[in-house]
Amino acid sequence: MAYEIVCGLEIHAELSTATKIWCGCANEFGGEPNTRCCPVCTGLPGALPVLNRRVVAFAVKAGLAMHCTIAPRSVMARKNYFYPDMPKAYQISQYEAPLCLGGHVDIETSAGPRRIRLTRIHIEEDAGKLLHDAYGTGTLVDLNRCGVPLIEIVSEPDLRGAEEAKAYMEAVREILEACAVSDVKMQEGSMRADVNVSIRPVGATEYGTRTEMKNLNSFRAVHRAVEAEAKRQEALLAAGKKVAQETRQWDDNRGESRGMRGKEDAQDYRYFPDPDLVPILVSESDVARIRAELPELPAERRARYIGTLGIAEADAALLTRSRAEAELFEAVLAQGVGVRAAVTWVVVELFARLNAAGRSVADLPFGGAALGRLAALVEAGKVNAGSARRILGSMMEQGGEPAALAESMGLLVVADEGGIAAAVAAALAGSPAAVADYRSGSAKSFGFLMGQAMKAAGGRADPKLLQAALREALDGPAEGKA
Amino acid sequence: MSAYAAGIATLDALGLAAALRRREVSSPEATRAYLDRIDSYDGTIGAYLHVRADDALRDAEAAQRTLDAAAKDGSTPPPFCGVPVALKDNLCTKGTPTTCASRLLAGYVPPYDATAVERIAASGAVVLGKLNMDEFAMGSSNENSAVKPVRNPWDAARVPGGSSGGSAAAVAAGLAAFALGSDTGGSIRLPAAFCGVVGLKPTYGSVSRYGLVAFASSLDQIGPLARSVADAEAVFGLLAGRDPHDATTVDRPATAAAPRIVKGLRVGLPREFLTDAVQPEVRDAVRRAADWLAAEGAEVAECGLPAVEHWIPAYYVVSSAEASSNLARFDGVRYGNRAVGYESIAGMYMKTRSEGFGAEVKRRILLGTFVLSAGYHDAYYGSAQKARAHIRNGFDRVFADHDLLLGPVAPQTAFRLGEKTGDPIQMYLQDICTVGASLAGIPALSVPAGFDAQGLPIGLQLTGPAFAENTLFAAAGCIERAAGCRGRFPDLGAAASAAGAGR
Repeated sequence: MAYEIVCGLEIHAELSTATKIWCGCANEFGGEPNTRCCPVCTGLPGALPVLNRRVVAFAVKAGLAMHCTIAPRSVMARKNYFYPDMPKAYQISQYEAPLCLGGHVDIETSAGPRRIRLTRIHIEEDAGKLLHDAYGTGTLVDLNRCGVPLIEIVSEPDLRGAEEAKAYMEAVREILEACAVSDVKMQEGSMRADVNVSIRPVGATEYGTRTEMKNLNSFRAVHRAVEAEAKRQEALLAAGKKVAQETRQWDDNRGESRGMRGKEDAQDYRYFPDPDLVPILVSESDVARIRAELPELPAERRARYIGTLGIAEADAALLTRSRAEAELFEAVLAQGVGVRAAVTWVVVELFARLNAAGRSVADLPFGGAALGRLAALVEAGKVNAGSARRILGSMMEQGGEPAALAESMGLLVVADEGGIAAAVAAALAGSPAAVADYRSGSAKSFGFLMGQAMKAAGGRADPKLLQAALREALDGPAEGKA
Repeated sequence: MSAYAAGIATLDALGLAAALRRREVSSPEATRAYLDRIDSYDGTIGAYLHVRADDALRDAEAAQRTLDAAAKDGSTPPPFCGVPVALKDNLCTKGTPTTCASRLLAGYVPPYDATAVERIAASGAVVLGKLNMDEFAMGSSNENSAVKPVRNPWDAARVPGGSSGGSAAAVAAGLAAFALGSDTGGSIRLPAAFCGVVGLKPTYGSVSRYGLVAFASSLDQIGPLARSVADAEAVFGLLAGRDPHDATTVDRPATAAAPRIVKGLRVGLPREFLTDAVQPEVRDAVRRAADWLAAEGAEVAECGLPAVEHWIPAYYVVSSAEASSNLARFDGVRYGNRAVGYESIAGMYMKTRSEGFGAEVKRRILLGTFVLSAGYHDAYYGSAQKARAHIRNGFDRVFADHDLLLGPVAPQTAFRLGEKTGDPIQMYLQDICTVGASLAGIPALSVPAGFDAQGLPIGLQLTGPAFAENTLFAAAGCIERAAGCRGRFPDLGAAASAAGAGR
């Protein structure tokens, strides 16, 4: 029987506010264990949380970017459970009255565009970290991450398979990045996902029994986990067994999951409104102000590149993968470079080299403006394309200003009469046989001589001037040209 | 000790502050006088869990330097400069143990001061130490302290009331000029009544809870226990006001600051609290106080108070639900006492909490966990929230045509140690008159209004709408003057022998 995969994601993203959600501690990754915390974020007796309003502004921005309705009044609630990474023994989250409702994220799939509906986005606090067996056989607790603000983005079960799940997560990442509300650094855990997976016969309208896998921290892990889980469920059904509703642990190293706890062991979190906090009120004018601050979102930017700038879809997709890449491209354009040249320099030259070297635009020692100035030198005929590629190679290693590099590397175009004439003379003198061939009617010998002349000029002669000078030397002065 | 120092404990805090400013006595003298009294009498009373003897004297010397400097340059020192006071042991004090009278927190020293503690320090007061209480503020008799019970200074065979029993007993026995307590369902008012001192539970949100070890966050308020209404008013003035560390605090409306007079006040006497269930002498005290207020021009009449039957159930559901969550953090992982001999993290939690919490705390945690559990949440916690809204409405309706309500604090005066410990429900019913104001978030004050035939203090409760503290102070001042209790002090020598007999 053919099955359809149904999945939904709960994506947790840390917000990049300057301070934590309940206290004035700096919101920064890492640090010596238990140095970035205070009585409030470590939940000492008597300490109270006070909501950082920037967290609300950031979450509203993310919500608006994903087309949510912003609740004028929302409520923080306590989610009670015992675990040493949560020093209050409850997580302050939102339950019955979240900040953002509904919304959607549009994704591109191999089968065309799809709209993934959101259930809600709510704000909550992150937990600390446990370090198992790092010291003897005990477990150590690092509370630096306690109180880091999070949003949880809950999708409807609209995703149909691993590819869509991955594409959706990538799209969410792009949006959060564009809004500058999260670092979206998967490797630092600032964005991670819980994935719900079920399968059902193609054409069925009822959902199958779902399982959940928690804390997947890469696109690849999401893709593999969904694929493997769907296969596991299919095998169960094929063997006449049932899928158990449970939480499973995904082991990305082994590429498989194992059961953690079943439905009967599901925790009762005993949610109730946190009496230490007052309801969050967001006025219409707050929403209007934040909406006005929204940047161009990746999908809008992509559409503009294709529609207004006439860039091919594949190139537009590459250029808008991340905010950094798009901003680099627009900085190249801002130097007055034509769109086609700019796309070539960014996609063909730069991205290809970065890919080959396993680097990203974040690692570059120069900005888009410098690349734009290099492209402009080529367009102005001051540097040949080949020379410009050598200059780019140097820039990628140690940065620098293109014009200065062209000068110091001796790559500025030779356009003076003396230099051109010397190159032509050297070519003619060095290849008498080719000169004779040309004069006896072999047109292709001109190409050879042109190559020799360019070589004599060190590859940096202005090609038009060189060609004219070579023709003149071989054919005599061009009639009527003066 | 100067002859003057011997009488220091009979002054109220403002009186002592004035004497200190007039340099009739020094702060180290006053502090030593209080420490001597603690030495002499607290073995009987049991009000203190921790005495800061050396630190208090050092602080007193610093306060004296401030007083000396102010006298020299003619400036005004802080209002309670050099006055020895004490704090309930659920208020976090940096560098001084804060245990909530629980085994679980024995020896715990917080790294920060509660906002209320900071404000008391800023007033120049000298902190003598930390006061006994029911464990985590859960109790009405102070018998739930894991350390020791507190005895009533007026009769050491009797309880001081709870949970701020140590605070009330210390002030009544002259072991602190004033004390801070906390009130969740009556925990300031009940012991104030049993010990014959003034106790105020402020409007919810008036006083920062930052640094108060939480029992029930939507009900807890810090307030003063004092020898006079004027002291209570002055201390409340220090404590009140928005705190950026407590999101539930508010700035008091400007109108709340206006002084009030008794003349013209519309005073209601709720019939629900004048029934036969109330000790006759307490009922008589209410009627007598009503006459005193009327004599000063108040309009006094009996009234009905809606929803009273919902108070106790709603209170015990809401407060226990919040407590079950607030007390979950005491897991032995980061502070407090961790049990030894466990095989898993769950085992560590269970053993630590089983050994660390007393029976009443466990009872409330179990009750609170139950009422929030899936399947019961709506029936209990949900219903209690509805009842709470209903109770608030009831008060709103009454205060539409009343400025304050006058009634008893408790159905009777102080009872004997051990008298109600076998029956939690009987103990819970001690709060029958006080939990309403807690649920509604409105201010209520306990003022001494005389003594019963056994020589035990009778406290009366004044309840007003939100931010009406000044109205309460005005009416309480009238009752205080008319009752003339200020000149009467417990005989601690007799208390000691009674305690001996009672043991």
